[in-house]
Amino acid sequence: MSAGHSHLKDLDYSVVQQCMHCGLCLPTCPTYDATKLERHSPRGRIALMRAIADDRLTITKTFGEEMYFCLGCLACQTACPAGVNYAELFEHARAEIEEKKILANPKRNLIRGFTVSWLFMDLRRLELLGKALRLYQQLGLQALIRRSGVLRLLPKRLQELEAMTPSVCDKFSAELIAPITSAGDTKKYRVAMLTGCAQDLTFSDVNRDTVEVLAQNGCEVFTPAEQSCCGSLHAHNGEWTLAQQLARRNIDQFPPEQFDAIITNAGGCGSHLKHYAKLLVDDPAYLKRAELWDARVNDIHEWLVQITIRNPEAGIRNQVVTYHESCHLTHGQKVVSQPRELLKAIPGLLLVELPEANWCCGSAGIYNLTQPEMAGQLLDRKIAHIKSTGATTVATANPGCLLQLINGAAKAGLKLRVVHPMTLLAEAYHAEDRDRHST
Amino acid sequence: MPLANATLARLREIVGAENVLTSPEDLIAYSFDGTAAMQQLPGAVVFATTTEQVAQILKHANRTKTPVVTRGSGTGLSGGSLPIPGCIVLCTVKMNRILELDRANLTILVEPGVTTLAVSDAATAAGLFYPPDPGSMKISTIGGNVAENSGGLRGLKYGITRNYVMGLEVVLPDGEILWTGNKCVKDVAGYSLRDLFIGSEGTLGVITKVLLRLIPKPAAKKTMVATFAQMDAAAQCVSDIIAAQIIPCTLEFLDRTTIRCVEDFAKVGLPLDCEALLMMETDGHPAAVAEEAAKMEECARKNGAMEVRVAKDEAEANKLATARRSAFSALARLAPTTILEDATVPRSELAKMIRFVAAVAKKYNLRVGTFGHMGDGNLHPTFLTDERNKEEMHRVEEAFKEIFDEAIRLGGTITGEHGIGMAKKSFLPKFAGDAQMRVMRELRRALDPNGILNPGKMFDR
Ligand SMILES: Cc1cc2nc3c(=O)[nH]c(=O)nc-3n(C[C@H](O)[C@H](O)[C@H](O)COP(=O)(O)OP(=O)(O)OC[C@H]3O[C@@H](n4cnc5c(N)ncnc54)[C@H](O)[C@@H]3O)c2cc1C
Ligand code: SF4
Ligand code: SF4
Repeated sequence: MSAGHSHLKDLDYSVVQQCMHCGLCLPTCPTYDATKLERHSPRGRIALMRAIADDRLTITKTFGEEMYFCLGCLACQTACPAGVNYAELFEHARAEIEEKKILANPKRNLIRGFTVSWLFMDLRRLELLGKALRLYQQLGLQALIRRSGVLRLLPKRLQELEAMTPSVCDKFSAELIAPITSAGDTKKYRVAMLTGCAQDLTFSDVNRDTVEVLAQNGCEVFTPAEQSCCGSLHAHNGEWTLAQQLARRNIDQFPPEQFDAIITNAGGCGSHLKHYAKLLVDDPAYLKRAELWDARVNDIHEWLVQITIRNPEAGIRNQVVTYHESCHLTHGQKVVSQPRELLKAIPGLLLVELPEANWCCGSAGIYNLTQPEMAGQLLDRKIAHIKSTGATTVATANPGCLLQLINGAAKAGLKLRVVHPMTLLAEAYHAEDRDRHST
Repeated sequence: MPLANATLARLREIVGAENVLTSPEDLIAYSFDGTAAMQQLPGAVVFATTTEQVAQILKHANRTKTPVVTRGSGTGLSGGSLPIPGCIVLCTVKMNRILELDRANLTILVEPGVTTLAVSDAATAAGLFYPPDPGSMKISTIGGNVAENSGGLRGLKYGITRNYVMGLEVVLPDGEILWTGNKCVKDVAGYSLRDLFIGSEGTLGVITKVLLRLIPKPAAKKTMVATFAQMDAAAQCVSDIIAAQIIPCTLEFLDRTTIRCVEDFAKVGLPLDCEALLMMETDGHPAAVAEEAAKMEECARKNGAMEVRVAKDEAEANKLATARRSAFSALARLAPTTILEDATVPRSELAKMIRFVAAVAKKYNLRVGTFGHMGDGNLHPTFLTDERNKEEMHRVEEAFKEIFDEAIRLGGTITGEHGIGMAKKSFLPKFAGDAQMRVMRELRRALDPNGILNPGKMFDR
């Protein structure tokens, strides 16, 4: 990109100017709530972006840090009556920060280079890493190393990170799901299933459950073994060009005209996947298909409610379940009622509302790695609310949230099952078979 | 304009270094309030957490003649908490404790940075009611509400902030701490200084504690929405309701443009095919509520209402009120800059004023969305413009001048609830007249001889 290029300045000024600084978003912003500082509020952050667009401020290190202190949870976007597109502002701000290399330092470059530019660009690499990790965990090495006390030699931050390493699933999606899953004679739709990266690495069983639920509801599911990352990690972390590459790759692999729906079950991915047209707006070769793609991408809950599911006849016996909203499902995609509706369709399941259900859990992509303190505060708050409901199970539809809550419950010594709604639904359909066999 | 090093050092000593902000990124974030097209960087931003700290900050500022702009949540709509060059912004949001809820005397004592919503929630939790509910209530501070004497959606029946303030703790510009008022229902000892500080827009002292009156929660309420094909019909409906000697708690008005914006945001199913919408609420004893609601509905129908919809439960009623509260911000969907007005007229003149605003908008070729507290005669015609379009901004100014003149001619005021601040400073002398201006000037000089509190706001000394 040219030297004079600036994401924030090139952005249509009306987007930057849209905020009329009424402050109505402030009480919904977790970082403002915690600090009471305007700079850590949506209104303050937008003011800084506008100052940059107006040449009243240059891209400073403080600005860069501010944009990475923001969770990107988009609660402000839901709260804003003026229709400010915070997601767009935020991604452009981060892209500019990365281009100007304002936060560059050897450690950060190494980590980002490794994850954003290398690992998540080719999922075979991620899978390989996952296999190594799985081996590390299965061979008991993790337990051994944890017991040995060697970890205590690590800096505290790293110790905590080690404790957070997700338990890698025994099998990846490709090992669990056939490339084509038939819907039997009930086939009404042909859909594609995006397996996601974090989801695939740590929650491939959720993907399997999702595919099963789809098949139970008349959908023939196309799930190719080798898939690409959706690019949300890249876009949220300022890697615009890489995000564009990944978008093109996905459109090529899942030609949108061939499917009734392209399904994602991870809130964070879906929120990004639905905006490929914005990403590829300067690419005439792809723009039209990107628009169709955006229209075809559906969050699993949204899709299932739209096609009206067959309510499971059997269910789960007397489970009290509460539901935590993934930010990018709720604020990013406005899919709020559907997951609750689906959960309520399960016989025997009692859904209790979680106080502050739509408040970020602190996972926020890789935020819990980059801002452990703020993330920790948010997690404690979330776990306390979950406790207050008396639920034994919490359902949530994003791998980052699943991991965060699993870790939070463990840390708090809380016996809590953390699941994706699709797993509960799949279990209910399985229970039908069980009941059928037993009668 | 940065502050003197000695001043910064003193401020850090008083409140701790973490509560003194000077980086450009921080100053930019405090360089505006909710008012359109105004910005100014302060010298520093300071957070106090106790009255004592406020007193010490003011003492130092007074000695060094450093201007101080008090700020709550910065939602003000007349530039009241807009910084002035080289000033200290004294922010109260960290003084946010609820100190006491007195069930025997039905009062609540709070620090100034507590949000209006938090006061309302605390009252509700005790089975009581704090009626003033400005559109910004979920973030506006009580200190800001008192300093602006804010109104809300329930002003018609329950009055405004002033009617609930029983006592105030105020730090004077020289650092002296003053209490005015108490928990007594009656108190005529001396001048009512309390009333002087209410609506003083941060020019006379810094409010550090607020004692508020609470009232019993009404046993029932009914909320309804009526739509009309003409603005006049809605205005007539309001007049008829008042003439029928009903004082509903809410009589809010939205025009077509505003309805569309609000619905676009809140998705509460407002009808989009009408020119005017009235949101009406009555509360009190269940029997009275039922009777009043029926009469209000009748008034609406008699004036040709296209539809009258009654909220089925509390949740729906709350949704409607929340949607109404978003009106001003939602209008910003249509234009980069939204400048709203606050002219208020006696209720009997309302229909005339509405027609006048429409005519002025037409004359100056401006887009306008109007909403407001119709029952209070307080409308907010909001011009939809772009601050970068200098020529259009000039026309907006001209239009406002005419609207203010007309409001005064009809026996009204240039601001019903948003205050003078910077935005209406030039109109105040004409409205208030020489005698009032002289007394206000002398009062201000007596309390703030060095002119450190919000200088340049409301009027020049
Ligand atoms: C969307 C929206 C809707 C609104 N709806 C209404 C409405 O319905 N009715 C209404 O009346 N207003 C309304 N307002 C205006 C505004 O919210 C009120 O004026 C509110 O009271 C300001 O509170 P604040 O905490 O934001 O104060 P600020 O804006 O920070 O300050 C306002 C003024 O009060 C002074 N001040 C603040 N705290 C103190 C203190 N502790 N001691 C002394 N002076 C102090 C400041 O110096 C300034 O002059 C609305 C604003 C917005 C953005
Ligand atoms: S982002 Fe929206 S809600 Fe927040 S201050 Fe700006 S206009 Fe108001
Ligand atoms: S995205 Fe979340 S953390 Fe960032 S400004 Fe908006 S509400 Fe605050």
